[in-house]
Amino acid sequence: MTASPLIPPLLRLDGLTKAYPGVIANNSVGFSIAPGEIHALLGENGAGKSTLVKMIYGLVKPDSGRMELHGEAYAPSEPSIARRRGVAMVFQHFSLFEALDVAENIALGMEDPPPRRDLAERIRSVSAEYGLPLDPSRRVGDLSAGERQRVEIIRCLLQNPRLLIMDEPTSVLTPQEVDMLFTTLRTLSAEGTAILYISHKLDEIRSLCDGATVLRHGKVVGSCVPRETTARAMAELMVGATLQTPARAAGDRGDVLLEARGLSLPAEREFGTALRDVNFQVRAGEILGIGGVAGNGQDELLSVLTGETVAPPGTLFFQGADMAPHGPRKRRELGLLTAPEERLGHAAAPDMTLVENALLTGIPRRGLTQSGFVNWPRTKDFAERIIADFDVRTPGSHVAARALSGGNLQKFVIGREVLQAPGALIVNQPTWGVDAAAAASIRQALLDLAEGGAALIVISQDLEEILEIADNFAALNEGRLSAPRPAAGLSLDEIGLMMGGAHDMETAHHAVP
Amino acid sequence: MAGISIELLLASLMVAATPILLAAIGELVVEKAGVLNLGVEGMMITGAICGFAVAVETGSPTLGFAGAALGGAALSVIFAVLTQLLLSNHVATGLALTLFGLGFSALIGQGYVGVKPPSTPQINLGVLSDIPFLGPVLLSHDLMVYLGLALVAAVWAVLKFTRTGLILRAIGESHDAAHALGYKVVRLRFLAILFGGASAGLGGAYLSLVRVPQWTEGMTAGAGWIALALVVFGAWKPWRVLLGAYLFGGVSVLQLNLQAAGLKVPVELLSMSPYLITILVLVIMSADKRRAALNAPAALGRVFHATT
Amino acid sequence: MIRLEKRPTPSRMWTALTPLVAVLATLVAGGLMFAALGKDPFEALRTIFYDPLFNAQFAAYSRPQLLVKAGPLILIAIGLSMGFRAGIWNIGAEGQYIIGALAGGAVGLAFYPSDSVLIFPLMVIAGALGGWGWAMIPAILKTRFNTNEILVSLLLVYVAEQLLASMSLGLLRNPQGGGFPGSRNFQQYEAASNPELFAGTGMHWGVVAAFIAVIAAYVMLTRHLLGFQIRLTGAAPRAARFAGVIPTRLIVTCLGISGALAGLAGLFEVTGPAGQISIDFNSNYGFTAIIVAFLGRLHPVGILLAGLLMALTYIGGELAQFMLGLPAAAIQAFQGMLLFFLLAVDVLTNFRVRLIKREVA
Repeated sequence: MTASPLIPPLLRLDGLTKAYPGVIANNSVGFSIAPGEIHALLGENGAGKSTLVKMIYGLVKPDSGRMELHGEAYAPSEPSIARRRGVAMVFQHFSLFEALDVAENIALGMEDPPPRRDLAERIRSVSAEYGLPLDPSRRVGDLSAGERQRVEIIRCLLQNPRLLIMDEPTSVLTPQEVDMLFTTLRTLSAEGTAILYISHKLDEIRSLCDGATVLRHGKVVGSCVPRETTARAMAELMVGATLQTPARAAGDRGDVLLEARGLSLPAEREFGTALRDVNFQVRAGEILGIGGVAGNGQDELLSVLTGETVAPPGTLFFQGADMAPHGPRKRRELGLLTAPEERLGHAAAPDMTLVENALLTGIPRRGLTQSGFVNWPRTKDFAERIIADFDVRTPGSHVAARALSGGNLQKFVIGREVLQAPGALIVNQPTWGVDAAAAASIRQALLDLAEGGAALIVISQDLEEILEIADNFAALNEGRLSAPRPAAGLSLDEIGLMMGGAHDMETAHHAVP
Repeated sequence: MAGISIELLLASLMVAATPILLAAIGELVVEKAGVLNLGVEGMMITGAICGFAVAVETGSPTLGFAGAALGGAALSVIFAVLTQLLLSNHVATGLALTLFGLGFSALIGQGYVGVKPPSTPQINLGVLSDIPFLGPVLLSHDLMVYLGLALVAAVWAVLKFTRTGLILRAIGESHDAAHALGYKVVRLRFLAILFGGASAGLGGAYLSLVRVPQWTEGMTAGAGWIALALVVFGAWKPWRVLLGAYLFGGVSVLQLNLQAAGLKVPVELLSMSPYLITILVLVIMSADKRRAALNAPAALGRVFHATT
Repeated sequence: MIRLEKRPTPSRMWTALTPLVAVLATLVAGGLMFAALGKDPFEALRTIFYDPLFNAQFAAYSRPQLLVKAGPLILIAIGLSMGFRAGIWNIGAEGQYIIGALAGGAVGLAFYPSDSVLIFPLMVIAGALGGWGWAMIPAILKTRFNTNEILVSLLLVYVAEQLLASMSLGLLRNPQGGGFPGSRNFQQYEAASNPELFAGTGMHWGVVAAFIAVIAAYVMLTRHLLGFQIRLTGAAPRAARFAGVIPTRLIVTCLGISGALAGLAGLFEVTGPAGQISIDFNSNYGFTAIIVAFLGRLHPVGILLAGLLMALTYIGGELAQFMLGLPAAAIQAFQGMLLFFLLAVDVLTNFRVRLIKREVA
C-alpha cells in the first residue's frame, strides 16, 4: 500500500523543530504517513531520528511546528495521551522491567489494563494471532532479546494502535527472527495500521517499507520509495558523501596467539549468560569475527578475556601461556589487550579526563608509573598522542570523557589499545553508535593492526561489519560458540543458522503450550 | 530462668517489635520505589519527640501519633527534595538526615526530659481479651500494635494487587524504562519517601509514648538502623519483614528479661546482643549473592535524572 | 520552570564555591533557628564564630581548643574520605575510634607504672591496630559475604559503646579510683601520656598525626596509583575492574585505613585531651567527621579547612551555651543543617540550572 494523495494522511508533521544547547536535533522536519503505510525513517546515529519519534510519542515537546493525526491537531504532552490517540511505540532500549513478568510489563504499557487473568488470556490470543508466541507468566529477565521484543510489540498491539513506531527493531534479532517480525508487520499494515520504521539497515527497508524519509543533521534531506531506488543511493543521501570501504592486504597468517580450550563459566549475575565449552584459535595476523544476538554471552566472553572474571585453569592461552592466574594488568603487560562495548563506565570513566583515561589501561605497557607513583607528564603525552594519531576531536586532553561524542570517544578507546602495540586485541562492538566516517577509520585501524601481525577478535552484532573485516566467523548463541568458518562466501542464511535461529524458534514454540 | 513467663514474654515481644516494624515497613515501600533512605534513625527520633511533645501538650496520645507521623514526614521532605529534585547522593543525604534528626530532636526535647506522657489505652475486647494465654498475648495491646500489622497487610496487598503498586515496583526496577512509558518517577518516589517518613515517625513515637515511655536524647539507640537491616532481612517482602521484626522484638525482650533475672552474663554483653544478632542475620541473608540480589530493587539508591 | 542540565565536565569553580555557599546558607538558616529559640541571632553567630578566636576574654582558652577539637575530626575524616571516594561507606568511625582508644589505652595500662619511652609508641600502634581490626569486621563481611558495610559498621558502634562501658566499669577501671568508673588518668602517667607539645597551642601528637595524614592523603590521591584506583572506583566501578583494580582488596584497604586513623584519633584523645578512658569520653567525633569529610569535598586540603570550621562550631557552641544558654543540641542541628545545604548546592557542580518555558518532562 503506497502513500497516495487520494488517502488523507494518518499523521502529518510540519516544520517540527527541537533544539538542545549546542545542537539543533530537528530542524523544520515535515512529512506524512498514510494509513497502513510502512514508512521508514532513515539516518545515521545522531541524525535526529530519536528526538523526532520522542516528539511524536509525547516524551519531548517540540520548540515549534505542528503535528496532525487524522487531520486533527495533535500535540501530546505525555505518552499516555499519545497512547490514547492510538500511537504506540516499541523502544530500542530501556522499556522493560527484568524482575517483573510478561503480563506485568504489558499492563504497565497500557492505559487501562484489564484484570490480570483476562490480560493473560488476551496476551495468549493476540500473540498466537500474530505469530509471536509468548507466555504471560514468565519473568522478562529470563527471556531472550527476541522474546523481549515480542513483549513490547504485544504491549503495543493490545492497544489497537493506528500508528506503531518501531525504533531499530532488528538490531537484536537473528535473520530468521527478522523474517518473522516482517511477516507480523505486513499483516498489521494490511489491517490498516501505519508503521513508522526507524533503521539504518538499507536492505531491510527496501524489502519492507512503502516510503522513506531521510534525515541528516536534523533536517529532511530527501524522501523516496525504497523499492524503486538502490541501497547505495539511499546510503549516500543518509551520509551525504561517498564512503571508502576499508582496504586490507592479504597478509600471511602466523602462529596461534590466542586460544580457548573448552572454556566454560557459570553466569556471574542474575539474568547473565553462562559460557559453555567455548573453543577457538586466533593466529597472528588473523581477525576472528564473533557474531550473535545481544545477550548471548558477548559481555561474559569479553570479561573473561580481559581478566575481569577468572577463567578456569587450562582454558585460555595467550602465546602458549595459561591466562587463568593473570588479572587485567598482567595480561596487558603480556600484550593481551581489550576494548569493551560500553564506552562510558566500562572502557572509560565518564567523569575523568582523557589523561586519566589514558592511564586506565596504559600503565603496564607504556611505563606510566614508577614504584607506584604516576608519571603524569608521560601519561599526558600518551593521551595526546592518541588524540593526534586517531583524530579524536576534543578541546584537549584535560576534558572529561563524557564530553566527547560517541564516535570520538570510541576512537580514543580503540586508539589507546592500538597504540600499545598489542599481541592480541579483543574488541566488542567497535563501531556501535559511531558515525560512518569514524567507523570506517576504526575498522581501518583494526585491519592495519592485524596486518602488523596481531591476533584480533571482533565481537559485533553488525554482520556487515564482521563480513567486511573478519577472516573467520563464529557465532555466539546462549553462551556457546559455533565452530569458526571462513567469512568469505558465507551467506546470510548460513550465518543465521549459526546464530541459532533454529534453536530460538524451538524455545519460542515451547513458550506456548 | 525462673521468673520469666512465656506469656508475658510473647506479649511484650509484640510491643517491642512494633517500633521497628513500623519504621521498616515504611522503608520497604521507599526502597521498593528505588530510593535508599538511610535517615530512618533521624526520622524515628524526630517522630519520637514530635509525638511526645504533641501528646503531652494536648493530653491525647492519638494526636501525638498524628504529630509524630507529620514530624517524620516533614523531615523526609528534606530528603525527598535533596535526592529527587537536587539529585544528591542517597547515602550522604540519608546520613545527613540522621545527624540532623538527632540534634533537632534533642533541641525540641529539652523541656520534655523527665515528663510523663499520657498513657495510650489498650483495647479491651471483653471476653476475648480474657481468653487464657491468647488474650494477653494477642488481644490486649494498644491500637498501634494492630495498626502496624494492618500496615504490613496493606503494603503487601497494594504492592501485589494494585496498579499503583505495580508502577511503584516498576520505578524501583528501572526508572528510565518507567519514565519512557510516561510514569511520573519523581512524583511517586516523593510520595513513597513521605510514607516512609510518616511510618518511621510513628515508630519513633511508639517508643517514646508506649514502649519506654518517656523522652530521652538519642532514645532510638539504633532502632532505625535495625529497621533498615530488617528490610534486607525480609528480602523486601512485607510478611518477612514482620517476621524479622518479631524475631528482633523477641531477642530484645529476652535479653532485657535475662538482665532483670540477674543471669550471670555481663549486662553489656546482653545489651549488645540485639546489634550482634542483627549483624549475624544480615550476614546470613546476604551470603547467597544470587538470592540477595533477587529481590533488591534494581534501581535502589541510583539517582534519577530525566534526560529527555 | 527550572530545569537541570548535566554539564559536560564538572565545574571546577562550583566545586570550590559550593562549600562557601553552603556555609553562608547555614549561617542564615542557623541565625533563624537561634532567633526562633529566642536568642539574638547576630550575637549567637558572633559568639560561635568570632569570640572563640578574637574575643580578648575567651580567645586565650579557646584558640588552643581549635586544634584539640580539629585534630581528631581531620584525622578521622581523612580516612573516611578515602572510602567515600571509592563508594565504600564506613559510617562506623565512632566505633573504631572507641576501640582504638580501648586497645591503645589497655596496652599502656598493662605496663603501668613503667617509664619506658617505648610505651607511648607501642600504644599508638595498638590504637591504630584496634581501629583497623574493628573496621576489618565490616570489611571481611562485605568481601566474604557481600554484607552491607553501612549497616554493619554502624551497628558495631553500639557494640563498641557497650564494650567501652564494660571496660571502664570493669577491666580497665582505675583500681585507685575509689570505685568511680573510668581508667587511670594518662596525664599522670608520663610514659603513656599525650601532652600539649607547645604550651598554649593545643598542639598534641594527634594534631601532628592529622597534619601528616592530610599531606600523605594529598600525595596519595594526586600522585600515587592507589589514589587513582580509589578515584576510579568511585567514578566508574566497572571501569576500575577493567583497569585491574581488585574490588575486595580496595574495600579492605579503604576500610582499613579509615579504621586505623579513627583508632589513632581515639588513642590520642584518651591519652591527651580526655585524659582517661571513661564511659562517655567519645564526643561523637566519628559522626561529625562524616560532615567534615563531605564539607571538605573529600579533598585533603578541604578536609583540613572543614575540620577547623567544625571545631570552631564545637568551641563556639560551648561558649554560646555558657554565655547565652544556647542548648548544646542546637549546635548539633546546626552541623546537620550544614550538610543539608552542602548536598543541596552540590547539584551546581554537575548540573547547570536553566530557566525555560514549560516543557514536558
